[in-house]
Amino acid sequence: MRKGIFNRKTNAVRAVDGVSFTVAKGETLGIVGESGCGKSTTARLLVGLEGIDAGDLIFDGDRLGVDLSLKDLWDGVQMVFQDSYASLNPRLTIEETIAFGPKMRGVAADEARRLAHELLGRVGLAPARFAGRYPHELSGGQRQRVNIARSLAMKPRLIILDEAVSALDKSVEAQVLNLLRELKDEFGLTYVFISHDLNVVRYVSDRIMVMYLGEVVEIGPVAAVWEKRAHPYTAALFAAMPSMDPDNRTEVPPLAGDPPNPIDPPSGCRFHTRCSFAEPVCGKTRPKSVAVDGAADHDAACHMLDPISGHSKSAGGSRLEAAE
Amino acid sequence: MTDPTANLLEIENLEVRFHGERTVHAINGLDLELKSGEVMTILGESGSGKSVTLKALLKLLPERRTAMSGSMTVGGIDVMALKGRALSDYRGKTVSMIFQEPALALDPVYTIGDQIAEAVMRHERVSKKDALARALDMLKRVRIPSPESRLKNYPHEMSGGMRQRAMIALALACKPDLLLADEPTTALDATVQIQVLLLLRELQKEFGMGIVFVTHDIGVAVEISDRIAVMYAGNIVEEGTVGEIIKDPRHPYTKGLLASNLHDADAGETLSSIPGSPPPLDVKPDHCSFAPRCAHAEERCLSALPPVFKPGPGRRVACILEEGRAPQRLGQRLPEPA
Repeated sequence: MRKGIFNRKTNAVRAVDGVSFTVAKGETLGIVGESGCGKSTTARLLVGLEGIDAGDLIFDGDRLGVDLSLKDLWDGVQMVFQDSYASLNPRLTIEETIAFGPKMRGVAADEARRLAHELLGRVGLAPARFAGRYPHELSGGQRQRVNIARSLAMKPRLIILDEAVSALDKSVEAQVLNLLRELKDEFGLTYVFISHDLNVVRYVSDRIMVMYLGEVVEIGPVAAVWEKRAHPYTAALFAAMPSMDPDNRTEVPPLAGDPPNPIDPPSGCRFHTRCSFAEPVCGKTRPKSVAVDGAADHDAACHMLDPISGHSKSAGGSRLEAAE
Repeated sequence: MTDPTANLLEIENLEVRFHGERTVHAINGLDLELKSGEVMTILGESGSGKSVTLKALLKLLPERRTAMSGSMTVGGIDVMALKGRALSDYRGKTVSMIFQEPALALDPVYTIGDQIAEAVMRHERVSKKDALARALDMLKRVRIPSPESRLKNYPHEMSGGMRQRAMIALALACKPDLLLADEPTTALDATVQIQVLLLLRELQKEFGMGIVFVTHDIGVAVEISDRIAVMYAGNIVEEGTVGEIIKDPRHPYTKGLLASNLHDADAGETLSSIPGSPPPLDVKPDHCSFAPRCAHAEERCLSALPPVFKPGPGRRVACILEEGRAPQRLGQRLPEPA
């Protein structure tokens, strides 16, 4: 898939800028980053909830707007949002909510209802007890199970999970993550999993994409990104995780200050204003995405990794040591 | 604070009940002690009563719909009896609080400097000029860059992390003995959260105040606190030092919480999650509130409140497993998934 720019008429925010990535069939791509980094905009672009200003979205070989209409896209791509309550119609029972999509696609009412019951059972909500309930009669975790069942009703191939477990309590989150893993195997699904919680992303993802102010700074297999932390921002983001070891608490914050306002992002490398390795070249030119240690599936956009960038740490293959 | 071993905060058998359309027994017989200069985290999930405990300590709960009993003292002051002017003196001077969302806690129509100065002038008889000087000093202490110009900023002119620092400056301006922190880093980005946690840790040493910190995030609790109290259904189920809770959790709920943190879960393995969801609390618990979700539950867990064991000073566990008896399992009834 290839993404372009998302522009509004006033105060244009390049929420997602020059982002290219692919998601392979059957894998889970985790997207991490801080608020304003464009991860949710990326998600909304993937399901066509935001218009793309430049670039292409290719789903299963078909180009959106050329070979593929939005309606076709929605047959294959579904989304689960963070706010489980806001994303359900309060005046429909959950059975009606789940059956709604299929009915709109011409499935007979009886058949849609049967499907809704089957899916409710599959996500762990006994239909006899739950089918007639309204969203306000369910807990947050139960509502999120309904949202998952609703997305499954459209028989999607790709599900975008935008902070889908972030609002849940930890004990409930683990239950929903277990469910998502089982469903993925059972229905042969592909996930794009967006979260600010690195522990969760590490657990669910095959590959991980780190975003900063609308750009991809690093992408690769979870283990490789976790270990190498090739981009200084990746290193800082991972180092900012609470230590979980009372004897080795964090002593120095890895980054100072807040992320800059995306309305007016820094020039060159957008991270250079907070990066401790920044040199003049970083403020001038935008870094190219280069392979990390020659690995075909692991890229990072940092001048220090690009031998011809002119950054003093780039020559001679000297490498940023991973934090920790 | 002359005696460092004296308790700054003592809560005994606190009960808080909300009545309205439906009754909620939010806090059920809570005991809590904090020494001066100590940082205690109350760790719990939503609805466990952790925020209610903090609000009760500042008497911020709506009076007409809240029934409170038990006793709370801070530095010898009987909080339950406070009202009127004495209560206003207590708030901000003896105890102050920082919140999750600084954009909502700060007043949008006054500058940061004016808001801090107002608090200082309310509690100490000083001129506006001196109060503003204190405000400037506070902004420096919370390490806000270019504090002179920030003094004249309105909250909306600052970023989230900056606003949180400004709120901390406001809360600490009158050097309270006790700071209540209600998830102050939850709304912040990861790289900003750790900055604010480390700042709080430094300021705590500098000012020597006690902190009761509330969070649902175990990692945050480990970074900030000396001791952790784990809260469930309106009571504390386990308490100990950070090391004790992380390395030697005793209560099944604490164990479950630690496991579901995913800190070192392997990709692809089934997570050992706690089944079910917390109880609704529309009746006062007369048995272990966690028993319906507990793999070790026995008949007696459902017939009486669990005994509270105190294996050491500052350590307590409210669970029959502490008796050291081999648990005989109760026929498992599966709770509704959450």
